[in-house]
Amino acid sequence: MAQSNAERYWGRTSTLMWIMFALWVFFSFVIHFFVESLNSFKFLGFPVGFYMAAQGSLIAFVIMLFLFSSRQEAIDREEGVAEDE
Amino acid sequence: MAAQAKSGAFLDNLGKVYMIYTGGFFVFVVLLGILEQIGVPNVYIGYGFVFLTILVYAVIGVLSRTAEAGEYYVAGRSVPALYNGMATGADWMSAASFVGMAGSLFLLGYDGLAFVLGWTGGYVLVAILIAPFLRKFGAYTVPDFFAARYEGNFPRFLAVIVLIACSFTYVVAQIFGTGLIAQRFLGMDFTVAVYVGLVGILLCSMLGGMKAVTWTQVAQYIVLIVAYLAPVVILSFKKYGLPIPQLTYGQAIADIAALEKKMVADGLAVALNTTTGAGIKPHATPFLNYSPGNFFALILCLMVGTASLPHVLMRYFTTPSVKEARKSVAWSLFFIFLLYFTAPAYAAFSKLEVYNLIAAKTSLANLPAWIFTYGKLGLVTICGKAAASAEIVAAACQAIPNQGGFLRHQDLGINPDAIVLSTPEIAGMPYVIAGLVAAGGLAAALSTADGLLLAIANALSHDIYYKMVNPNAPTATRLVVSRVLLVIVALAAAWTASTRPSDILAMVSWAFSLAAAGIFPALVLGVWWKRANKAGAIAGMIVGFGLCLFYLVVSRYFPGAGVKYFGMSALLNPISGLPIVDLAKAMAAPNAMEGWVTLAHPMASKVGWMNINNISSALFSLPIGFLTIIIVSLMTKAPSQEMMDMIDNIRRPKGESVMKEKDDAVGAH
Repeated sequence: MAQSNAERYWGRTSTLMWIMFALWVFFSFVIHFFVESLNSFKFLGFPVGFYMAAQGSLIAFVIMLFLFSSRQEAIDREEGVAEDE
Repeated sequence: MAAQAKSGAFLDNLGKVYMIYTGGFFVFVVLLGILEQIGVPNVYIGYGFVFLTILVYAVIGVLSRTAEAGEYYVAGRSVPALYNGMATGADWMSAASFVGMAGSLFLLGYDGLAFVLGWTGGYVLVAILIAPFLRKFGAYTVPDFFAARYEGNFPRFLAVIVLIACSFTYVVAQIFGTGLIAQRFLGMDFTVAVYVGLVGILLCSMLGGMKAVTWTQVAQYIVLIVAYLAPVVILSFKKYGLPIPQLTYGQAIADIAALEKKMVADGLAVALNTTTGAGIKPHATPFLNYSPGNFFALILCLMVGTASLPHVLMRYFTTPSVKEARKSVAWSLFFIFLLYFTAPAYAAFSKLEVYNLIAAKTSLANLPAWIFTYGKLGLVTICGKAAASAEIVAAACQAIPNQGGFLRHQDLGINPDAIVLSTPEIAGMPYVIAGLVAAGGLAAALSTADGLLLAIANALSHDIYYKMVNPNAPTATRLVVSRVLLVIVALAAAWTASTRPSDILAMVSWAFSLAAAGIFPALVLGVWWKRANKAGAIAGMIVGFGLCLFYLVVSRYFPGAGVKYFGMSALLNPISGLPIVDLAKAMAAPNAMEGWVTLAHPMASKVGWMNINNISSALFSLPIGFLTIIIVSLMTKAPSQEMMDMIDNIRRPKGESVMKEKDDAVGAH
């Protein structure tokens, strides 16, 4: 693989990592800074701030990881570095 | 080879095998339910659950025996993503998750959700920063990576030290949990129960190493998730007519809030006092038990710790490819999520039952039987005394002025460990459900203990013995050494557990901070920053891990010295903002400067820097660890071109793995 290809692959991989990292920061910390104001809203009977910590963020993490895995696979294929099957 | 043909057929039919297994398990539960109805005593139902499940795990363990290093250390790198996800779920969810978490959420309300978040979100870090690259590297153990990336056996040795420091206390707690469950459900002597659990653990792991542990963990996951969901699904259906507790407990939380007000109005609970922090704490209100700073610090430390625990990371060495490793992290989180997003429902439903009991003005003469069942074990207290019998409760409450003869909120104390185990009884379900829960708790404890023991024994046999002491050892010798070490470590852990070490159990929560501080910075920079070098990694690991250990040990065992010499101050009450210990008075006391103090010492674990509880000590050591690696690396020589090429190779899924053990027959392709 040519040097520039390798660089482009790693660039795209890093970008995906940073996007996921930012989402991780958001769902792990940022959203919960606002728990008290979110708690004044209700969702399925839950105070929303409580719901986000008990379920919302967890669901987001699971979805994020399946998305990450398929996105990264696509990048691997497009840049020709996917594993041989 | 016949053995390989057999294991190939097994891998092709995984779905079928585990479907039959799950179906068989359901039939078994129903059968025991019928036996209970026709009058078979509870204790036999309990024996049936415990021994039959352990027998099944042992059979899987024995069938998976192997004489090949690749199979012993990394399950032949043939575990599909989905199954590795289940195995990781069982590996990850310990006795504490299964038995203790819902109880912590019961007691801590919103603040307990730091554990739910912390023990799930860490997998995002595992997937995006670590697992795929470690898989491509192709090691047998996590310290292998440190040795290759940081060029030498000293970084390997440091990684082994961190690994053992965070894994050993953890495995002791699992064996302790096994003993507790066997004691409660089989009426066994605690020490005997601990050694029975030990036999179960060894049968699963000794003959087949990682291969055997993988396939038993999948079986254990199925038992533990069924057992965890069953009681709370039944409760949800009974209360709200919908068997999806995760949706219905919003209503339970609203009901709890109403009961909190009602109990205060009826004089059955004390309203929250915002200056002293005493009184009933509303379930969904945040930051009544942890300050916001401690809440977020705890989330961070648990997440980063998750991404650094070797017994979890090594599970991703077993997938057939890098792609499967990534997918497998997603599946792991999914299977873990199933339990963790149910735990708050568990807490809410059992809290609702308990509050209903109190709000109904239950007379002390009319208490339900479960109170005494768990009171006898010291897990439920009423009026300050373990509620072992109606007479003890009556006497204890008479000593309290104006108690009134009713069960009040402030009279009742429930140990978090009792919540999950007692919920079926609190809700009046048949004993078979309680037995099922016991089997689930046992599966959680055994599976985690297996993974941890293997991580420790592999580090000792592969990293210390084979890589550092005797690099020419033949495969057969290595596997014998590995098995002998496994038994020795397991015996040491069981012996420690049988002494009921309260300190060790409290230390388990330290494992996350220790792993985070010692492993995470060097691991992540090793992949993501080519400039990181040997000197930087060594310095960063020593400084990060050292600082973390220092903070833990000083604040817990040498609080006087911490205050006098290291600038620690009293932690603050999160509600009132006042110090939880009067330092002027405590420092003037004759025992102020004592060392190795017990938890009863007035300052033990009550002092620290910047009001950060010692469970979150990695908050300080993580940034320091990263900084040290960066600064020392920049001050010393850049890694060689070969090293740069190796890092490029790790980053690229295609091609041979970097490290290829001569006996890793089915390694990368």
